[in-house]
Amino acid sequence: MIYHVTIDGKDYRLELDRVEGRWRCKLDGREVQMDAVLRRPDVLSILIAGQAYEVKRERIARETHLWVGSARYAAELRDPRSLGSRQSGRRDQKGPRKLVALMPGKVVRVLVEEKAEVEAGQGVIVVEAMKMQNEIKSPKQGTVVKIVAEVGASVNAGDVLAVIE
Amino acid sequence: MFKKILIANRGEIAVRVIRACRELGIAAVAVYSDADRSALHVSHADEAYAIGPSPAAESYLNIPKILEAARQSGADAIHPGYGFLSENASFAAACAAAGVKFIGPPVAAMEMMGSKMRARLAMEKAGIPFVPGVSRGLASLEEAVEVSARIGYPVMLKAAAGGGGKGMRLVETREGLRSALGSAQSEALRAFGDGEVYLEKAILNPRHIEMQVLADEHGNTVYLGERECSIQRRHQKVMEEAPSPMVGPELRRQMGEVAVRVAQTAGYANAGTVEFLVDQNRNFYFLEMNTRLQVEHPVTELVTGLDLVHLQIRIAAGETLPFTQSEVSLRGHAIECRIYAEDPDNNYFPSPGKITLLLPPSGPGIRLDSGIYEGWTVPIDYDPLLDKLIGYGSDRGEASARLVRAFREYFVGGIKTNLSLFRRILADPDFEAGNLDTGYLDRLLRSRPPAPEQPDPNVAAIAAGVFALLDPPPDTHSADAGPTTASLWKKITRTEALS
Repeated sequence: MIYHVTIDGKDYRLELDRVEGRWRCKLDGREVQMDAVLRRPDVLSILIAGQAYEVKRERIARETHLWVGSARYAAELRDPRSLGSRQSGRRDQKGPRKLVALMPGKVVRVLVEEKAEVEAGQGVIVVEAMKMQNEIKSPKQGTVVKIVAEVGASVNAGDVLAVIE
Repeated sequence: MFKKILIANRGEIAVRVIRACRELGIAAVAVYSDADRSALHVSHADEAYAIGPSPAAESYLNIPKILEAARQSGADAIHPGYGFLSENASFAAACAAAGVKFIGPPVAAMEMMGSKMRARLAMEKAGIPFVPGVSRGLASLEEAVEVSARIGYPVMLKAAAGGGGKGMRLVETREGLRSALGSAQSEALRAFGDGEVYLEKAILNPRHIEMQVLADEHGNTVYLGERECSIQRRHQKVMEEAPSPMVGPELRRQMGEVAVRVAQTAGYANAGTVEFLVDQNRNFYFLEMNTRLQVEHPVTELVTGLDLVHLQIRIAAGETLPFTQSEVSLRGHAIECRIYAEDPDNNYFPSPGKITLLLPPSGPGIRLDSGIYEGWTVPIDYDPLLDKLIGYGSDRGEASARLVRAFREYFVGGIKTNLSLFRRILADPDFEAGNLDTGYLDRLLRSRPPAPEQPDPNVAAIAAGVFALLDPPPDTHSADAGPTTASLWKKITRTEALS
């Protein structure tokens, strides 16, 4: 099997299969001595050249992360067929970015108007949850293309609040 | 001895008390709100009763509903845990009126210590050292100015009705006093329904050291050693330890004897904690008394070898203390970390949600007091404390090393937690040296974090492929993955047939 994998924005080509119980693995053309077992759903024990790693898979809202020990990696989506880029990590600066609610709550304030210019880190929407108010900030410098959130509306994790171009 | 105890609480402390009941052969009754029907404490109990909708005011703070559950179950005692109704004198009185024993101090002791100002006045009369200031609510700005001039700046304004940092303001100069007083009063009014504010000298970089006391209902009172609780974020404790790295036997004896006098002045019975501020010259001042079992009680249990919840129950059942002060000894060192569902990258904002993966630590010297399980959805409605991870060792270094090891094993997936905060603290030289004060954590968090460890991303790349092969996410829409995650995963790994 050949896989195209994107980890933290970097692309890899992975060849992987199991022949008579032994793994064959090539990463970007280089042979890697590897063995792996799934300890339980979402938890992998991987041995690479004798080094042992425990890798956990985690899904929050629309993102998938892989944890190697206590280091976290984003598994990113890149689909050349879709227009524009979708929300990714902090690295992608171009294209429209969606401001997303990370947890359930209620929109209590909208700090900017559509068409306003915002700086990276500037507060856009205020969501209240667990009696605390959280200012959702713009991930980039740009223009507010659309405010989706309405004051007073309840939001769930993953709901789009605004789009910044 | 009681036959049946109702636990008027939830989460990890409810599980803790249920375990003690089991160990003493007492039936345990749980109560739960709608959000907590699937909670761990409900499964662990012998009986469980629904007490209403999720908001605390309609469930865990609802006295009639809790007493009704006690009546229905035939419980002969109620353990209030911490928080919620544990320091509510009206609740204790209502239990007595209903013929159910409240496992805690007498109503009069709760009332005296329940108001910080009333407590100060009583302690003043008993000759207990406390921070200079006024014990009554400030009547006017003029009074605040006069007192501050007398005791010297900086001063601390504090809310009379509650804590947690609300209604608190540090004032460095006379000029700042007016606006600080106004905002402290309005914040206190919003948080506690009572805008009364009093004033104390601000002790700079104090250590928050508290003394555990235990008294039976026959007049015997002892102290069980101190806890260092200076590691706080915005006045909320995050990490505690016993003993305190700066307290030796002589200071312990002095503080312990004062704490016992405080308890006796209040006519105290059962478990309680006397809080002190200790300044840089090792002078200690009474701050307040907490008339309940505290979150951080496990560290005291580990260094004394005593089970405080067992003792609470036995004291409430009328037993005398089974040991004297001279028989209390401390051994080893224990450090507790409060694991919260919070996002460290987003100002520790609460992070409720479903725990999709839980790999808890265990092994030598590790105690985990947990209220969670894999698959549990942490509700929005309550304090997001997940569990307490405590490391115990023969000395502070060993306790710390065990915690560091445990944090390598510990994984919580699906929600954000403050696990990374403890890794950072445990590696910090000031923590290792025991150089702690209540400003320590806020200072650490303002400093530049260490570069995140990023072992070889190739491992993640290979793992991504292995997961796709061995553990593909479900194709159909499911509660776990959702359609977008499944399609996300498919797009990440496009497979091609080998020719």
